[in-house]
Amino acid sequence: MQISARQLAAGTIIDVAGDIDLAHSPAMRKALLGEIKEKKTPKVFLNLRNVRYIDSSGIASLVEGLKASRDIGSRLILFALNPAVREVMELSRLQKIFEIYDSEEQALAA
Amino acid sequence: MLIETVARTHSPKSQKRTAAADARLRSEHFLTLQLESNPEALCLVRATLERATEVMEFPEADSRAVVRSVDEALANVIRHAYKGRSGKPIEVQCWRLWKTNDAEHPKGIEILLKDSGAAADPKKLKGRALEEVRPGGLGIHFMKQSMDVVEFHRKSGKNLLRMVKYLAPQKPEAVAQGE
Repeated sequence: MQISARQLAAGTIIDVAGDIDLAHSPAMRKALLGEIKEKKTPKVFLNLRNVRYIDSSGIASLVEGLKASRDIGSRLILFALNPAVREVMELSRLQKIFEIYDSEEQALAA
Repeated sequence: MLIETVARTHSPKSQKRTAAADARLRSEHFLTLQLESNPEALCLVRATLERATEVMEFPEADSRAVVRSVDEALANVIRHAYKGRSGKPIEVQCWRLWKTNDAEHPKGIEILLKDSGAAADPKKLKGRALEEVRPGGLGIHFMKQSMDVVEFHRKSGKNLLRMVKYLAPQKPEAVAQGE
């Protein structure tokens, strides 16, 4: 899995590529919480376009990130979920809990 | 990871229960994976099962369901049964299920997972309500949502998990309108 970050005027975009599973979800959790809790970035965007698979540990990391962002009054915004990732969000009944957009443009405009 | 693909239609006595579980189905050994409790191995199991279910002509969504369930089950074994310790043995057996009178179209896949870790906590095997938004406890829910059968057993110091996914009945070819 690869993780990188882009700083924009609107906030920080974290680009993730690969599978978010038991082996790799700790790295995404660290990146997410670092941006939210340590840097206190007001808007954190998570680009999931190149994520083919996410397991329950990945979902748990996203929920943790969401809770952390709510605690400090910032926003965690997800975008470009592929069908497999969207399916897991639906199985978790979290698709309405998270802010989710189809594209980067839509997410940045939110 | 060791991969074994020897066909065993006449299964050893200890494995006969897999066929007996569905009275009108017979099971045929398809694949056995022997791996260690290393999270890095999970991607290899996912890739293998993705291909195996593709060979069995599972629709994509059902293939993802099988892959997801086995991945979540293995993650639970690593995290809970072996408490994160690497190098511990896990076996994943895959069996093709056939109707006794149909040798052409497999009816489904049966997966058996075996580990020698700590016994699972029965309370945790029930999963949790999803109304509460919090991290954790979703793996069992994913497995139960994704598979037709999910059964946990503890026998001779081993955890045994049996999961079955049936193939949806094949639809007859669409008849052209007006015919």
